[in-house]
Amino acid sequence: MRPGPGGCCCRRTVRANGCVANGEVRNGYVRTSAAAAAAASQIHHVTQNGGLYKRPFNEAFEETPMLVAVLTYVGYGVLTLFGYLRDFLRHWRIEKCHHATEREEQKKKKKKKKKKETKKKKKKKREMDFVSLYQDFENFYTRNLYMRIRDNWNRPICSVPGARVDIMERQSYDYNWSFKYTGNIIKGVINMGSYNYLGFARNTGSCQEAAAKILEEYGVGVCSTRQEIGNLDKHEELEELVARFLGVEAAMAYGMGFATNSMNIPALVGKGCLILSDELNHASLVLGARLSGATIRIFKHNNMQSLEKLLKDAIVYGQPRTRRPWKKILILVEGIYSMEGSIVRLPEVIALKKKYKAYLYLDEAHSIGALGPTGRGVVDYFGLDPEDVDVMMGTFTKSFGASGGYIGGKKELIDYLRTHSHSAVYATSLSPPVVEQIITSMKCIMGQDGTSLGKECVQQLAENTRYFRRRLKEMGFIIYGNEDSPVVPLMLYMPAKIGAFGREMLKRNIGVVVVGFPATPIIESRARFCLSAAHTKEILDTALKEIDEVGDLLQLKYSRHRLVPLLDRPFDETTYEETED
Amino acid sequence: MATATEQWVLVEMVQALYEAPAYHLILEGILILWIIRLLFSKTYKLQERSDLTVKEKEELIEEWQPEPLVPPVPKDHPALNYNIVSGPPSHKIVVNGKECINFASFNFLGLLDNPRVKAAALASLKKYGVGTCGPRGFYGTFDVHLDLEDRLAKFMKTEEAIIYSYGFATIASAIPAYSKRGDIVFVDRAACFAIQKGLQASRSDIKLFKHNDMADLERLLKEQEIEDQKNPRKARVTRRFIVVEGLYMNTGTICPLPELVKLKYKYKARIFLEESLSFGVLGEHGRGVTEHYGINQLSLRKYSQAPESRERNVWTLFGSRFKQMLLKENLIDDIDLISANMENALASIGGFCCGRSFVIDHQRLSGQGYCFSASLPPLLAAAAIEALNIMEENPGIFAVLKEKCRQIHKALQGISGLKVVGESLSPAFHLQLEESTGSREQDVRLLQEIVDQCMNRSIALTQARYLEKEEKCLPPPRVGSFQSALPTSLCFKRRWLGASRVETIWSPFPLSRTSTGKKRTTPPFYCL
Repeated sequence: MRPGPGGCCCRRTVRANGCVANGEVRNGYVRTSAAAAAAASQIHHVTQNGGLYKRPFNEAFEETPMLVAVLTYVGYGVLTLFGYLRDFLRHWRIEKCHHATEREEQKKKKKKKKKKETKKKKKKKREMDFVSLYQDFENFYTRNLYMRIRDNWNRPICSVPGARVDIMERQSYDYNWSFKYTGNIIKGVINMGSYNYLGFARNTGSCQEAAAKILEEYGVGVCSTRQEIGNLDKHEELEELVARFLGVEAAMAYGMGFATNSMNIPALVGKGCLILSDELNHASLVLGARLSGATIRIFKHNNMQSLEKLLKDAIVYGQPRTRRPWKKILILVEGIYSMEGSIVRLPEVIALKKKYKAYLYLDEAHSIGALGPTGRGVVDYFGLDPEDVDVMMGTFTKSFGASGGYIGGKKELIDYLRTHSHSAVYATSLSPPVVEQIITSMKCIMGQDGTSLGKECVQQLAENTRYFRRRLKEMGFIIYGNEDSPVVPLMLYMPAKIGAFGREMLKRNIGVVVVGFPATPIIESRARFCLSAAHTKEILDTALKEIDEVGDLLQLKYSRHRLVPLLDRPFDETTYEETED
Repeated sequence: MATATEQWVLVEMVQALYEAPAYHLILEGILILWIIRLLFSKTYKLQERSDLTVKEKEELIEEWQPEPLVPPVPKDHPALNYNIVSGPPSHKIVVNGKECINFASFNFLGLLDNPRVKAAALASLKKYGVGTCGPRGFYGTFDVHLDLEDRLAKFMKTEEAIIYSYGFATIASAIPAYSKRGDIVFVDRAACFAIQKGLQASRSDIKLFKHNDMADLERLLKEQEIEDQKNPRKARVTRRFIVVEGLYMNTGTICPLPELVKLKYKYKARIFLEESLSFGVLGEHGRGVTEHYGINQLSLRKYSQAPESRERNVWTLFGSRFKQMLLKENLIDDIDLISANMENALASIGGFCCGRSFVIDHQRLSGQGYCFSASLPPLLAAAAIEALNIMEENPGIFAVLKEKCRQIHKALQGISGLKVVGESLSPAFHLQLEESTGSREQDVRLLQEIVDQCMNRSIALTQARYLEKEEKCLPPPRVGSFQSALPTSLCFKRRWLGASRVETIWSPFPLSRTSTGKKRTTPPFYCL
């Protein structure tokens, strides 16, 4: 985990580089919506609440160029047309189906099923047949769009998901319907995809040793739930540590990050309560909200006016129809949004929450460990008081290199969850070696292991983030999100470029994550880089060089803003540069 | 002639207009304007009535007081203070500082502290570290995951398996991946909580049938059929599912699978089977309830009662020889989806679904708990693989387990005041009070007393916990209330008889002797 000479080097170069005179990049794009007018209002908004922020809050969402948007839609149109054409050909057996493979076989089977159905329908009436398991449109997208670029996902790896990773080579002889493993291993691929923010995904070092010891002592499973007889001393130790780490009264740990959200939100709110949820919240939050039975209203992504309006209306008008007042209002936000790379405007959210007496549920899945001068997440980043957040939720999967999730908060909250959380009652508790990994890595971040390793990692990550983001912007890519967010989305827009980018990068020995619809809006396909403290300067530079090359090859440098390094001007929050060519 | 008259009338009118006095004309003009106004104006003003002033709004906001985020928990809540287990929760377990024999965890095969499993996990830990740092789609797929999926599919003799990183999330994600709004799910009343959550997430229409009551299920299916005939267009797109458990977590009973399969073909509903408790327990090789019911019984029924099955077998001719073999001899293929967790018999963490690729593969994009969650830590997957190896190498353990279950079930019979709920071959069963005291709270307290008494005698049991308010369809008040989990596996449900009897119930019961004795006879697998 030690950053190594490369890491130090990185720090030096960043300083040497003109753009970052005082360690701060002073470029700020405003989220530019359609016109300059919108931008102006945004500036106005930021200045209004400027007092709440202790540090500059620079977030950029450059507008999609009109031509690119049109071409993207045309691209999807062509794909859809060809999809229908090929479906037609498949239906009449003109296009050869890939019978040899399992996946094709299902398709065939499905066809058979369909055919059988139609045959039956002709015989009719006497007996109904099984209703087709999938709606046809559901699979149209998978069959005709996803299948073309399927090789960019689920790439199996066979090493630690650290800064470099070994990927198993696979090949498809039937247009991605099935994959054959060639047996070769692509060694040392630069890993820009794993959420290994602090670099704790390692197979050596103190964490691994501690986990191995506990594994030998306890075994891997627990075979019971927390409330029954699966509450090990290790779990208690972990929860006590998590509470200390977060600076809250108490905490509780769960076996799966996704389930932490989906199984605990229903314990907190129910019928007659209102959930205000950010439009880009993770699926687990959405599922939890849905399972709770509360009314859900969505506010625009990170848009405080939208949130305030909803809050105001909710209190003034009460529940629909009956007009009874809401029992309670819960605001669901994430620390870092994993697809946008944006950081929640927490100071404003807290101000609103206090003003309107709502409760705040903060999901720190990506931000815990990855943000803030001491790695305590987004609360630490803004220098706020953890007391102000009612429910602090996060996962151990990412920064801690383990698995599971936690909820922290007031003692009463945790007591209630201990008795009422679905997870505590019905689900198996965390595996002991995993718990140990969390404990050791967390202690390392807190500096309780007697070294400054943890602190260095946090710093390294922050520097890597700024460096990497700045370089990409300089190259002319459209990069979304906050300048301090280690999640870096690079916009690709066109569907064909999703596949092309992923493949070209792998060819150059770099593993990246590419995402398209439905994870993003249909025209905003993107590549996503996740930075890690384990990335050294060399690794980042190699990656940047290759990205630059591929960017030219695929013409990805859409940005019309040119970055102006602001060397000699003091930072002023109202100064937002926007230079259009 | 007529036109002349009309003309004359018009002329007369104009003339009258000229002759009319001015005040008359003015009055009429005003009247016309009034009518026009009436026609175009609104009768009342909506906005005036509902608009609140800014000040009023502020007052409302000022006045609103929310409920506390969570209600206070009474200090004596039975579930507030957990038992603290120090050390591994294997056969011997140290609960709150006292060493007991463990009758409370689901470690049916004793694989939790098996040295081979530990060694395999350790090797994996040394190679991959602990976490995966990503979901399956984004560099979170390890070769170990692929191996495990492969092994599970082979073990269950199905085409494909898919693993989840959390047992609870398995069925809870699988159901909503297929069943959508408007679809109909027939589900047993006693279905476990994970199924209930899955159903809730799917937003389908849910029809509950009485626990293990096939007549009741058929009644519902028939009702649905009649409904479908009324509206065939809708029926053509309404999927029907039957969701059952192999061995019910809440009752310890087995589902009548052959009858279910029969109904499946008769009414064209797909079966999802939750086997968390029966996987690694029932059947000759531990394949669960499908193997338990065996082949012969099934194929007889299949051929006699389901005309489609012949057609189905025709399809298999197209498949590989392997598959053909499978289909012919395996009940598993009649089940559309089997899900189980690896947290009980396999003593690891996580869960899996298996079935035909056609069905299972869909979850790789639609199973929420699969797509959006970090993948299973490789060391846990490696442990599960090794556990599978052990199961395959020692098919005898299942017979041993069954025999032990039978013995303990027998030994527990006839305790006055308590009754054993569940099949004798189930490794998890519930003791339930024969008569309830009438109040659930008191029952719980009484059972807790029993559990505590056992603990004093170095036997670790636990009450099976439920979220009373959340459990929607079950358990029916008759069956009861709380459970207490017993040996390696047993949960009890009970109702109460009389507090004074507690002592007498437990003192003559030679539970600890039975179990230790058994342990000696079969050293590696001390499950009971």
